Amino acid sequence: MTRTGKNIMIVGVGGQGTLLASRILGGAMLEKGYDVKLSEVHGMSQRGGSVVTYVRYGDCVHSPVIQKGEADIILAFEELEAARALPCLKPDGLLVVNTRQIDPMPVITGKAQYPDGLIGKIEGKGVQVLAVDALTLAQQAGNSKAVNVVLIGALAKHLGLEQQFWLDIIGKTVPPKFVSLNQKAFALGYQA
Amino acid sequence: MKELLLGNQAVARGLYEAGVRVVSSYPGTPSTEITEAAAQYEEMFCEWAPNEKVAAEVAAGASFGGARSFCAMKHVGLNVAADPVFTMSYIGVTGGMVLAVADDPGMHSSQNEQDSRNYAIAAKLPMLEPSDSGECCSFTKLAYELSEEFDTPVILRLTTRIAHACSIVETQERVEVPLKPYEKNPAKNVMLPAFARPRHAFVEERTRRLTQWAETCSINRIEDNHQKTGVIVSGAVYQYAKEALGDTVSYLKLGMVHPLPVELIRKFADMVDTVYVIEELDPVIEHHCRNIGVSVIGKEKFPMCGEFSQQLIANVFGIRTAESKQIEEEIPMRPPVMCCGCPHRGIFYTLKKEKVFVSGDIGCYTLGASAPLQAMDTCVCMGGSVSGLHGYNKARGPEAEKKSVAVIGDSTFIHSGITGLIDIAYNKSNSVVMILDNSITGMTGQQDNPTTGKTIRGDVTTAVNLEALCHAVGIERVRVVNPYNLKEIRTALREELEADGPSVIISRGPCALLKHVKHKPSLVVDQERCVGCTACMGIGCPAIRMRDGKAEIDENQCVGCDLCVDLCGVKAIGKPEVQA
Repeated sequence: MTRTGKNIMIVGVGGQGTLLASRILGGAMLEKGYDVKLSEVHGMSQRGGSVVTYVRYGDCVHSPVIQKGEADIILAFEELEAARALPCLKPDGLLVVNTRQIDPMPVITGKAQYPDGLIGKIEGKGVQVLAVDALTLAQQAGNSKAVNVVLIGALAKHLGLEQQFWLDIIGKTVPPKFVSLNQKAFALGYQA
Repeated sequence: MKELLLGNQAVARGLYEAGVRVVSSYPGTPSTEITEAAAQYEEMFCEWAPNEKVAAEVAAGASFGGARSFCAMKHVGLNVAADPVFTMSYIGVTGGMVLAVADDPGMHSSQNEQDSRNYAIAAKLPMLEPSDSGECCSFTKLAYELSEEFDTPVILRLTTRIAHACSIVETQERVEVPLKPYEKNPAKNVMLPAFARPRHAFVEERTRRLTQWAETCSINRIEDNHQKTGVIVSGAVYQYAKEALGDTVSYLKLGMVHPLPVELIRKFADMVDTVYVIEELDPVIEHHCRNIGVSVIGKEKFPMCGEFSQQLIANVFGIRTAESKQIEEEIPMRPPVMCCGCPHRGIFYTLKKEKVFVSGDIGCYTLGASAPLQAMDTCVCMGGSVSGLHGYNKARGPEAEKKSVAVIGDSTFIHSGITGLIDIAYNKSNSVVMILDNSITGMTGQQDNPTTGKTIRGDVTTAVNLEALCHAVGIERVRVVNPYNLKEIRTALREELEADGPSVIISRGPCALLKHVKHKPSLVVDQERCVGCTACMGIGCPAIRMRDGKAEIDENQCVGCDLCVDLCGVKAIGKPEVQA
């Protein structure tokens, strides 16, 4: 039986927790019996720079990386990183973006401007966009650090698996005392 | 059991399953997680060594002792370890010995893009190259069998996209391998000229036998898709090629990249009309093919520099790649930066202000070269800052000595900065060395080192006393500064540059990412007081930005390190309660 897999790109700023998101996603797809590949970048690029992780699953996955026009979904933890990754999205792909702006150093030093209204401009190109205020939802769930899990929730809704499966995965992944917080955060993202 | 493992974790799993007993490494991206993951298995002794040469020697010693042993390093680490490795090639092994070396095509986290396959050729050592995590595990185990069968250390070559990609591994049980009995054997283990000469002949014969093995081994395989075009590939490139070309070509997939087979390549070339060699970095396989009279297409079509991908290969083969959308807006770059609260920031801010020549080194603090600090003049290799400064000062004389410093981290200083400092003391330059002691090996993801007082498993151990060490090699002037006190840094720097004789200034403040470092509440900018002079922006803190002509501090990022407080001429930056 051939099942359709997906190429998912998770982008953000070093330190935002994109790695954990890709690991949870990869683990979930392994459990569903898919071939899975994840590609990460460690080391220097993690120090507040742009970070990109790739999650690919399907019957048989060869390359660990996703390139121009190959991503079914981009999950962006930050708006500028969403715009940077956009060329990797398939023309009919989905962009799930956290409505957060973090100035990069060239903007901080005044060498460049943080572009205005990025999400609107991306939508203007006919891209399907789901904008999520993950920080507010995480705070609603009880902890601003759960931004991560809110965004996984928002993404998970578009992967065709039932919500309970994900809640179980989260139950198994995080320490017991954080389970209910994270499941709440996930559910808020899932409904976004 | 099926597990999703990072290539590096899969190598560690392979070590465990192969019955390895001793693991010694120095951290280096993208190899670090091998040893971190290995340390999770209690059956293996694992350690962080001071540098890669020590690590390789520890592995060699463990092999003499009859155990299966291992060390991991990044590509440039093999330069450091090369001395023991070249001679261990002659000696061979008692217990199996494997070295993993992780290359970094594309230089995600490295200072050069050297191709370690050249080392396998030069040291005459077999080298295996896995193409996913499953092979990382199985090739590691195979490497020990080869090592003991052919009496040779074996190199396992990884690249970033193998080391740092997760894929599925079928894990197995550990096989306990008993220690080999110790037998004194100077003719094999003591490399005097008289003993080494016959061993060199042995090495040449060993390479001949390994070449025969390469002809028929299962890890060098032809995937015959009955096509006119054939490609020769290994490692990550095999995966890119499969993705880009699918069944439209036949493949010769090489799991062993040194020594390379001869007859197998000729046979493959006879099966197809055209042979492409697709390899990242140097034309190693390509030159081999030409040497054995097989005509191939290689570097005339594929780049020497950088990382490959499925689209790079598709483009060379004229396959149209996917469409996509983008916005017209220019998107500012986001280079890596020092973290909020980083203890290095104030040091580089001061060095820039004082306009001194800064001989730099390898670590997080290399980011001191980036805007807006831009306070680093040179950066070559691990430890090179200290000896480099000595050379600079010997070339330019006493005036230069008053206007120059070396900066080096605690881990890098132990790795190979100490030898440079001995040179400074011994050969009398009035050089000033700053040791940026942040109590951790930071850039590679926070590993303990001989200065931190903890082992790889977090056990308490002795810690190098940096002050005493510097005194002991003959540096009389050693002082410690608080990296969050700009005035203190400036005073120390000026005094030591003026002083007679060499000095060491130790900047002591733990990495802000360490779990035990308590962060203070975010600072705030009093918008009434702020005049928008941007003085606070000079330290390049990612938490400070300008909004509508006034400075603003991102409370989600700021850790309250207070460094910016003193920079503000109108005292607009302060603690939240003071502002309220």
